[in-house]
Parts: sequence; C-alpha cells; structure tokens
Amino acid sequence: MRYLPKSTAERRDMLAAIGARSIESLFASIPEKFRLKEPLRLPAAMSEQEIIDYFRARAAENSGGYTSFLGAGVYNHLRSVVTDSLIQRGEFLTSYTPYQAEISQGTLQAIFEFQTLMCELTGMEVANASMWDGSTATTEAVLMAERLTGRHRVVVARSLHPEYRQVLDTYTRNLGVHIHEIGFTSSGQADIARLEAAIDKETAAVVVQSPNFFGVLEQIPHLAELAHAKGALLVVAITEGVSLGAVRPPAEADIVAMETQSFGLAPSYGGPYAGVIATRDKFVRQMPGRLAGETVDSNGRRGYVLTLATREQHIRREKATSNICTNQALCALAVTIHLCLLGKEGLKELAAQNLAKARFALDLLESIPGVRRAFSGPFFNEFAVQFPRSVKLVNRDLLREKIIGPLPLGSSYADLTKRALFCVTETTSRAEIERMAAAVREILSKPV
Amino acid sequence: MTDRIKKAGRHVSQNEGLIFEQSAPGKRGVEFPPLDVPAIDARTALGTAYARESVAGFPEVSEIEVMRHFTRLSTWNYAIDLGMYPLGSCTMKYNPRVNEFVARLEGIATEHPYQPQELSQGCLKILKLLLDCLAEITGMDTGTLEPAAGAQGELTGLLLIRAYLEDTQGGPRKKVLIPDSAHGTNPATAVIAGYEVENVPSDEHGQIDIARLKEIVTGDVAAMMVTNPSTLGVFEQNIAEAAEVLHAHGALLYMDGANMNALAGVARPGDFGVDVMHLNLHKTFSTPHGGGGPGAGPVMVKKILEPYLPVPVLDEKDGHLALDHHKRKSIGRVRAFGGNFGVLVRALAYTLAYGPGIRQATEDAVLNANYIRKKLEDVYDMPFNSPSMHEVVFSDARQKKNGVSTMDIAKRLIDYGFHPYTTAFPLIVPGAMMIEPTESESRQECDLFVEAMRAIAEEAATTPDLVKTAPHNTRVSRLDEVAAARKPVLRWKPKAHSS
Repeated sequence: MRYLPKSTAERRDMLAAIGARSIESLFASIPEKFRLKEPLRLPAAMSEQEIIDYFRARAAENSGGYTSFLGAGVYNHLRSVVTDSLIQRGEFLTSYTPYQAEISQGTLQAIFEFQTLMCELTGMEVANASMWDGSTATTEAVLMAERLTGRHRVVVARSLHPEYRQVLDTYTRNLGVHIHEIGFTSSGQADIARLEAAIDKETAAVVVQSPNFFGVLEQIPHLAELAHAKGALLVVAITEGVSLGAVRPPAEADIVAMETQSFGLAPSYGGPYAGVIATRDKFVRQMPGRLAGETVDSNGRRGYVLTLATREQHIRREKATSNICTNQALCALAVTIHLCLLGKEGLKELAAQNLAKARFALDLLESIPGVRRAFSGPFFNEFAVQFPRSVKLVNRDLLREKIIGPLPLGSSYADLTKRALFCVTETTSRAEIERMAAAVREILSKPV
Repeated sequence: MTDRIKKAGRHVSQNEGLIFEQSAPGKRGVEFPPLDVPAIDARTALGTAYARESVAGFPEVSEIEVMRHFTRLSTWNYAIDLGMYPLGSCTMKYNPRVNEFVARLEGIATEHPYQPQELSQGCLKILKLLLDCLAEITGMDTGTLEPAAGAQGELTGLLLIRAYLEDTQGGPRKKVLIPDSAHGTNPATAVIAGYEVENVPSDEHGQIDIARLKEIVTGDVAAMMVTNPSTLGVFEQNIAEAAEVLHAHGALLYMDGANMNALAGVARPGDFGVDVMHLNLHKTFSTPHGGGGPGAGPVMVKKILEPYLPVPVLDEKDGHLALDHHKRKSIGRVRAFGGNFGVLVRALAYTLAYGPGIRQATEDAVLNANYIRKKLEDVYDMPFNSPSMHEVVFSDARQKKNGVSTMDIAKRLIDYGFHPYTTAFPLIVPGAMMIEPTESESRQECDLFVEAMRAIAEEAATTPDLVKTAPHNTRVSRLDEVAAARKPVLRWKPKAHSS
C-alpha cells in the first residue's frame, strides 16, 4: 500500500525486535471474541487515479453549468490561487495545533494576524483564533453572555438565520436558557418596539444578525442602547463578512459572532468554513476558543504563544468556557491570506461591486409586473422580493434555463410565502443577471 | 553531543515581521474584473448612518509580499511532511495529497448547501458511501456526519443519549461517568449537555474498575464515556462488562473514538457493547490537521438512537438520495449547513485508498508503537505495564531525579529534528510522555526517534542543563508564557495607538 513505508521484511524484523511471534499477538489484549476474523466489507482499494475518477464522476452529478442566486449564509465570492497554494504548503497543512511554540511560530503569528484583522473588521477589541462556523460561534457568544451576566433569558430576532437559531436551540435546551423570539417589521428589521418590551432584568443577551437573513441591515446602535439599558449584552451575528467593507461595523455590540466563509473559502456544500468570536477586552476571560498572544523568548526576541489557556477544556475540564478543541485553523489562515491580498482598497472595491450588482438585479426584477421588493430596509448584497406566485414554481421553471433561483423564504417563515431571497455578488455577471431577470419575466407572464 | 543529532541540520531561516508592518498606502494584492453595472457609492446605497469609509487597520501589500510573508512564516513550522509527529492521542499520520485534489474539484468545492437536491446527487452519494463505510468500520448501525469536530461529536452523542432517555425512560437522568484518564473535552462536553460529571478512578492497571463501576452505576447515571483504547494506549479489557453493567441499569455506553487508529479493521466498537461513539476524521481518517483544524466528528450509533439523530438526515427516496430536515424526534441541528463536507470528502478518499486493507495501517501503527516501546523501556519509566496498542506512555520518573521533566525532554526532541510527544497527559500519569508514531513512519524514522530519545536520556543524566534549556536550535527559544497570560497582547496595534 503506497501510504505505508514498510516492506514485508522490515515488518518481520521489527516483530522479531519486539519479541512478538506474529502481528496478531500484538492485539492479544483485545478479547478474542471481538477480534475480526473476516476482512471489512468496504469497497476494494483504489489507486490515486481511481480515486480521482470516482470523485470526478460524483462532481458531474452536481450543479455544473448552472448560474446560482443563492446566498443565505453561504456566498460565492472570488477566491485566489495565491491563497489556495499557500494553504497547501505542507508546513501549514500538515502541522498540529501550535502548542509547541518554538516550532509553530508560523501558525502562531498567522493566528495573531487573523485576530488583528477580525478586530479591525468588526470594530471589536479582541478576537479568538476561530470557531467551527458562524452558527456555533453565535451559540457560543450567547453562552458567553450568559456567563458574563449570570442571566438566563435571551431575546433573539427571528431575522437571525433559521439554522443558526436551530443550533442555538439544540445547545441551550438543556441548560435552562429561555429563548424569546422577536419578529420583524415591513423594513425587514427586528421589531424594535417588541424587542424593547421583551428585554428585562433577566435578559442576558439580545441577538441579531446584520445584514440579517433577509439581507437587511439592523439598527445596531439603537439595539445596543436598548440592551444596555437593562444590563443585557448585544450579540451581533454576521454571515456575510464582505458587507463590512461598506457597512459600519457593529462597534456598539458586546460580542460579534462572524462566519468568515466569504473571505476566500469555497462553499463546499456546507463546509469547512471558519467562525470567529470578537468582543471587548474586559470580556476576554469568558471568551471560548484558542487565543494567540505576543510575548518574548529567553533572549528577548518577539514571538507568539497560545495563551489564556485556563479558559480551555484541556486545562479546566468540566469548568471550561467551552468544549471546543479542534477549531478551523487552516480556514482561518486562508481568510487571513485572502484579507491581506484584498487589503484596504480591495475590500472596499469588493464590497462596492456587491452593492452595485445587487441593486442592478433588484431594479431589473422590480420592473417585472407583479414583482416587488419585500422589505424596505437598507441591504448589502441580498434582498427579498415578493412574487405573484409560489417561489418553488418559479424556481422549477428557472432550473430549465439552468438557473438556480432564489431561496424560498416560505420554507423557514410561514408568514413569508411567495417571498424569495436573492443573493448577487461580484461573481455574477451583468449578462447572467439580465438572463435571470428575463427568465423570471417570461415565467411570470405565463399562467401557472 | 550535537553529532548525535542525525535528522536535523541547521539552515538559514528568513526573518519576517507582521504583515501590518509592511503596509504602504495604495498597494494591493488582488484586482477585480471591471464592474459591468452602474457603480453606486456606499453612502448613497445605504445611507450615511450605515455606510463605512474603509477598514482603517487593514494592510496594503502586493501579491509578492503576501506570497513571501506566508511562505516565510510556513518555514517556521514543523509538519508531518517534514517528519515524525509522535503526539500521543493526536494520530498525526500522512495526509495524502490526492485528498486535497479531489476536495477542490469543480463540482465538489463549488456546491452550495441550499442548491436543489436533484443537482446535489453527487454530494449526497459521497455522504452516503462515507456513512456506510464508517458504519462497517465501527460495527455501528448508522450515524451523522454533521459534527464539526470531535468535541461537537461528543456533544451530539450525549444529546442523543439524553433524547433517548427522555423518550423511553421519562427523563434524561443526572450524571455522566468519566474515567480520570479521559480527554478534557469529555467533562467539558458533559456539562454543556446538561449533565453532572462523576470522575471514575482507574484501577491499578489503568483500566475500568468493574467492581467500582457496579457500585456507582445507579438510576441517576445516563451514560459512561470511555476512550478505547484508553489514553494509556491500552485496550479496555472489561469494556463489554462495563457495557453490561450500564445497560442493566438502563444507562448507555459512549465511546470516544479518538484512538480508533488502533482498531480499524481489527475490532469494532459496535461488537463490544458501545451504543454511540464519535470518530475524529482528522486523526484516524487522515484529513489534515491544518495547524488546529478543520476536523470532522461523525457520530455513529446503534439503531435505538437513530430516531434522534440531528437533522438533516440522509434518506433514500425513489432511487434518489435526499436530505430530510424534519424528523419529529431529532435533537435538532448541531451546526448549520450540514457539516464540514470538504473534510468528509477527504476522509472518503482515504478510506477508498485502503478499502479492507485499512487493517494493515492499524497493524503498522501498533507495530511501530510496540517497537518504540521495546527500544526505550530500559531507559524510560513505564508506569503501567499493560500491552500497548497504537501508543505508548512513559513517564519522566527517572529523569526527574536530575531535575529533567517530560517537557524538557520534549523540548530537547525538537533539537533532534522531531516534534515533541504529548506531555503531561493523561493526567493519571505524573510526568507523562505519550508517544504515538502512527503507521506513517518507516523503520528508519522510528530508529532515528529511538536514537534521539536514548541520547536525550543520556543527556538528562550527564548534562541535565542542556536538556532543561532546550530547544537550542530553533528560531526562538522557550517563550515566556507567563508574561503572555499576565498582560495579554492579543492583536497588533499601529504605533500611534500603542502606549
């Protein structure tokens, strides 16, 4: 087998050196009745070429050749060859968590740079080395707010991604956390009046997403004021990081939980991505996840180490801030490299292109009889429209034109049938937008 | 002594500051196709209350500077691609490059989790085949591929147990039993799942104490979490009896599959009484550790737990695969978008490369560990003498007499060209030195490691200060971790703002 670096003779010699009669004898500690007598029923071993052929065949059964207008937490953005070739360097790809700082300075300095970039993006003072994704980061942010306030009620906007809310529910159900959901207004923003009424002296956190699930920006400074007035913390989730190139960061928030997939990570049918938690310096000791910190070596040279580990499970066990161990380091590295390539100007231009393309698409769609914008609030690169008929029917016809249409909001919001969430990024060409709009016009011009 | 260092030489390594320190206004590392629709200003599009001018602290650097910056940083890392990585319990094995290639294919990396399922049959077939392979390897009935890492797999497993107990026995019960040799994630997870943790002492052989277990398993106990082979690298002889004791009281057996590299193709947890377990695909199934992730932590279960699996659940309908997002008894969702698909692709590529021959990898892993044990047991103390499987645990008891600790020996290994073994874990062994070579090491590499460890044992006796001040050949010497924690500097700040 090509991955195994031993000849039969070497195996025999090593067994002899051990003083073992056979390889089976090394497994004698497993009770005999549990030792397998037959080979596992697995597909026969494949060569490298056969493995490639298998996955190429599977890839051909997916969405090749289709233009997509899906976003909803996972975005198609330009990725760079530079990022992908750098993260495939063996020294990054095949290294372990940097516990041994002297031979992990590359990873540690890159994490330190990631933390800095995340602070600059979000307007927070400190950021961790990554969480599994945006949904678990949001959940961990809520648990962190609970620890910081000692309170157990959480007010959550329904405009937070439905899957993020489901993950939050799964995690908190057994921990005595009470979740109170708040609706939205015709602007698509969280209903501030109801939200204000729902926050009380037992509220640990108010949780919103911005841009929210409908693509609409929330009124962060106002929400922060309302939360802080009752001693609660404001948690802001961000699924579309690129928005921060054009949108004011949620600097008034107490904890920001962000998904960074937009920064150079492939959609990859759901992952791997990288979440991150950013917060204020004063809350750092209740923050979950790894942290890289600057220090000096015994000769006074600058270097980096994993620090504040007394928050973590390998030291604190059942008293840890979280059970997270393995995170998304290589994804966070890709994000770091991607953001360095973009730089100040690149991020700004990227965000501006998204703003322009989304508006161009919305204008074309709104010119179609019976189609109108569903919400009036400010938006970045996603927007919801209302169709005169079921989104699923429209999408079925769009598929015939090799277009993957917008996300039907009715599947997650019973009160939003016939509403569709479009995402348009810099990767969607004007021609594709025009073709999609023409197809929608054509579809809606015919009777159901 | 330095003439005994055979694996590593010294070579020039480049200095490199932080990327922010190279920034100059106007530089950039990426350019876009020109905008093909009318441009709009952020202030106009969003209103001044929502618009942002730019991200102040972002670096401005060119492509070549980014390339050199991260290439230079990379050369400061140790990696499996450079040599043996004997971290016990971490299973740092070779990461086949074909896995990277297929995960990046057009049609694999490009797929959106919300695209129509009829346009996702390729992705779903990959998930189905991987799940079937993992069920066969573990002897379990089915499972979920959703958890993002081992710790999330643990949580998923405990939530399944909780849901099962609530559904069939009227309540979740109170306690989870965890041996004192367990990974730190186990107790941390049990608390998040809403359970109290009861630590269970190991017996004098480092094994589960069945007599003691019989005393403490009551109607309050929901489950016991067992790592098998244990963190001592030893098969739990009494695992089936432990399962019986638990089952007799209506409790379930959870197995932490972190050490599955000792069992694949040789024995199956499903056969020795395990009800639910997680796998770390970034350990046993070779997906790259990437400096700390991403991983994937599939959870495999017996039939009784199937109704509670997290959504979405993979189903077969009319010859097509489909994801079902609505299962009445499901514990819900543990992560958005279904899981770390790209990691699952790599794990399947690994499994397909071996097929049933995965047993050979397991045999070689156990052979390497026992070989190293045999070659070192006369110079390092072995606190537990039980037969080793894929890893061997020594202690620094002998070297400690000269003031040399497991950490010192580990740091000295760096000078010899190796990554350290796992230090100070498991907690039940004072001064633990936990060595897991994996199957990826040749006899030559094992011999070099043995020579290095023997040389260090000698140094610890003759020149202990040389060991206590190691490493000597690295870019940086031992770093001041106390200062880092006392006054944390967790981000770069421009000079003007730093005090």
